[in-house]
Amino acid sequence: MQLTLFWFFSLLMIGFGAGVVVLRNPVACALSLVASFLALAALFVTLDAYFIAIIQVLVTAGAVMVLFLFIIMLLNLKAEERRRVKLSAMLGGGLIVGCFLELLSSTLSTSPLFSQPLPPLTEPVHSDVAMIGLTLFHSFNLPFQVIGVLLLVATIGVVLLSRQTLK
Amino acid sequence: MAFIVNRKKLTLAEKLYLPAIFSGLAITWKHMKRALFGKGIITMQYPEEKWDKHLPEWYRGAPTLVKDETGRERCVACQLCEFICPPRAITIEPMEIPDGSHWRKVEKKPRAFDIDMARCIYCGLCEEVCPEQAIFLRKDYSITGLSRDQMVNHKDKLYEMGGVMNGLVIKWNEKK
Amino acid sequence: MDDFSNFISHFFSPAAWTFLKTLGERLMSPIGFLIWTTFLKSTILLGIILGLVSYTVYAERRVSALIQDRLGPNRVGWQGLLQPIADAAKLLLKENFTPKNANYFYFRLAPKLVMIPPILVLGVLPFGSSLFGVQMTIASINVGAIYVLAISSISVYGIVLAGWASNSKYPFLGGIRSTSQMISYELSLALSIVPIFMVVGSLNLNTIVQYQVEQGWMIAPFWPQGMNWHALLHPAAAWQAIAAGMSLRHLLLWIPLIISFFIFFVSMFAETNRLPFDLPEAEQELIGGYHTEYSSMGFALFFLGEYTAMISGAGVITTLFLGGWSLPFIPDGSHGWVWGLINIGAFFAKIIALLFVFIWVRWTLPRFRYDQLMKLGWYFFFELAIVNIFLTALILTYVK
Repeated sequence: MQLTLFWFFSLLMIGFGAGVVVLRNPVACALSLVASFLALAALFVTLDAYFIAIIQVLVTAGAVMVLFLFIIMLLNLKAEERRRVKLSAMLGGGLIVGCFLELLSSTLSTSPLFSQPLPPLTEPVHSDVAMIGLTLFHSFNLPFQVIGVLLLVATIGVVLLSRQTLK
Repeated sequence: MAFIVNRKKLTLAEKLYLPAIFSGLAITWKHMKRALFGKGIITMQYPEEKWDKHLPEWYRGAPTLVKDETGRERCVACQLCEFICPPRAITIEPMEIPDGSHWRKVEKKPRAFDIDMARCIYCGLCEEVCPEQAIFLRKDYSITGLSRDQMVNHKDKLYEMGGVMNGLVIKWNEKK
Repeated sequence: MDDFSNFISHFFSPAAWTFLKTLGERLMSPIGFLIWTTFLKSTILLGIILGLVSYTVYAERRVSALIQDRLGPNRVGWQGLLQPIADAAKLLLKENFTPKNANYFYFRLAPKLVMIPPILVLGVLPFGSSLFGVQMTIASINVGAIYVLAISSISVYGIVLAGWASNSKYPFLGGIRSTSQMISYELSLALSIVPIFMVVGSLNLNTIVQYQVEQGWMIAPFWPQGMNWHALLHPAAAWQAIAAGMSLRHLLLWIPLIISFFIFFVSMFAETNRLPFDLPEAEQELIGGYHTEYSSMGFALFFLGEYTAMISGAGVITTLFLGGWSLPFIPDGSHGWVWGLINIGAFFAKIIALLFVFIWVRWTLPRFRYDQLMKLGWYFFFELAIVNIFLTALILTYVK
């Protein structure tokens, strides 16, 4: 059952991921990306990682992509739809993807790490949200705080830059 | 000349919106509570309850023909209304009043008098122009029909709707 | 029981009887039981919600009429109660028109995307305690509360897509407004309920409701020792319990919870595009906004989607702040199926009360101006929600 779901959502994700590249209409591309993210969230759910799945939907599909779509709609990009596909570009792209796949498969098949099944995970003591919270605030407290400060600085910078009367 | 409007300085309660929102809610609640018990509802349940009683004296409804107190058709088929009617809703076919009739001296009366209610715009010019005060706009409204023919009021119908109008015109009376 | 099954078995051929027996065993096995009860729960809940949706539309029209001293639809059936059916028949029989320059695929996709998210939200709401030992939640997941936020954040796609695919200026403006409004209010929506998670210590909606059963509703945390049937029979003990529960911590925590209820409630209005925040569909300026170009079932789906969103929004408010299915003095479903049914009834009664407030507010307040809406969201609610989180943290840390 889990394997079937894995294949179903993986194929869905790869299919929509290809749609992002192949489709000409920018809005259609953005929506394919959203669908791809949703399939990724579903993959997380099949791994029982509900929190990551929900955050995936909330942050990328719900916030980031909505802003993307907003901008794309406002710009109303027509040039992309008119652009013609070049054979050489397609071949070059295909070659790179092929090389990458070959590299990946050869690494995975030869690496001793993946030749035997991994040991099963230990039963979690708390729910996954609590586990993530504990990890963040116990093991990685300082990096977490630093990232928080970084984001704050970035936010202030954006607000400053976007003000019209910058002297 | 430029004139600067001094905006009123809002108090904290006004800035918070909340008191205003709650007083607004109180008002609508009051209305709803009253209406729930059937009080203060201004809706008229139309087909059952008609406008008739509420129509003003000067209401201009369907044009009709009237007879006088002796039962004489007041219309003398002068066709002024037919001429003045802006949408040309009125069609009159005159006839001579035959010899020996009591009202021979009136000379003319309509043989046919049709008002096409599909064209009538209820302007009341026919009533204004009529020298005999024979045509009046009564209070009939909501005139409907399933075909164009049904929308035409013929003479009989017009007299039936108009009824009898007393007084006003006395020039054909015996004494004069 | 065996006698009975022997008696029944005479009516079937042996093969059929074996089949029925295995079917029964399959259905009563843990996984089979889970599947068919979940299916049954979803079907019934969906039925109730869709019925509620059509009658919310009817209620909206009747209540608005009463507020404006009118009568409202009262012709179809007794007091117009069959009006929703007449409306549905009318909408189904109309022509489903697609404008010439619209993007057909996305134009047709958009209404469905509007309808789906609010129904998905219903999946995690605990709409009752338990009935015959079955928990009355379709999916009790550990991150239920953020799931609700995530789903409501993707509900904007349908509206945006409708606005874009219509290829017409008013729907486009509606779509743009809707995007910016929803992004702005999602923040305060999400931040405003963080104090609840901090107080309860869980994101599971069932746990949050259970906390409220034991400690009192979030907006009225006054019976910390549990207000059960026993308390009603012994008022003196109940008073003592309440007096004992009136600790400084409880009373202080009440302040941030009320603030968060206020922010969440107002943001819910914005999130469901209800007046006073219905800018995406402002009839007077945008001729109906994003659904201007839709007719027939396309329009109906937008309309029903809006009301379903209202209902699931009311459900979320009920679950988070109004104690979910709980009522004071009423035990939960483990004490008998009657109590289970009463719990379900209590949940829907609270939803209906909230829906009435939604309608009442709509017919009282005028629409906000666009800049006022943004200012309210970003300058006021956002900051207030963040301060509220800190306030809760302070109280939780320093007041024992």
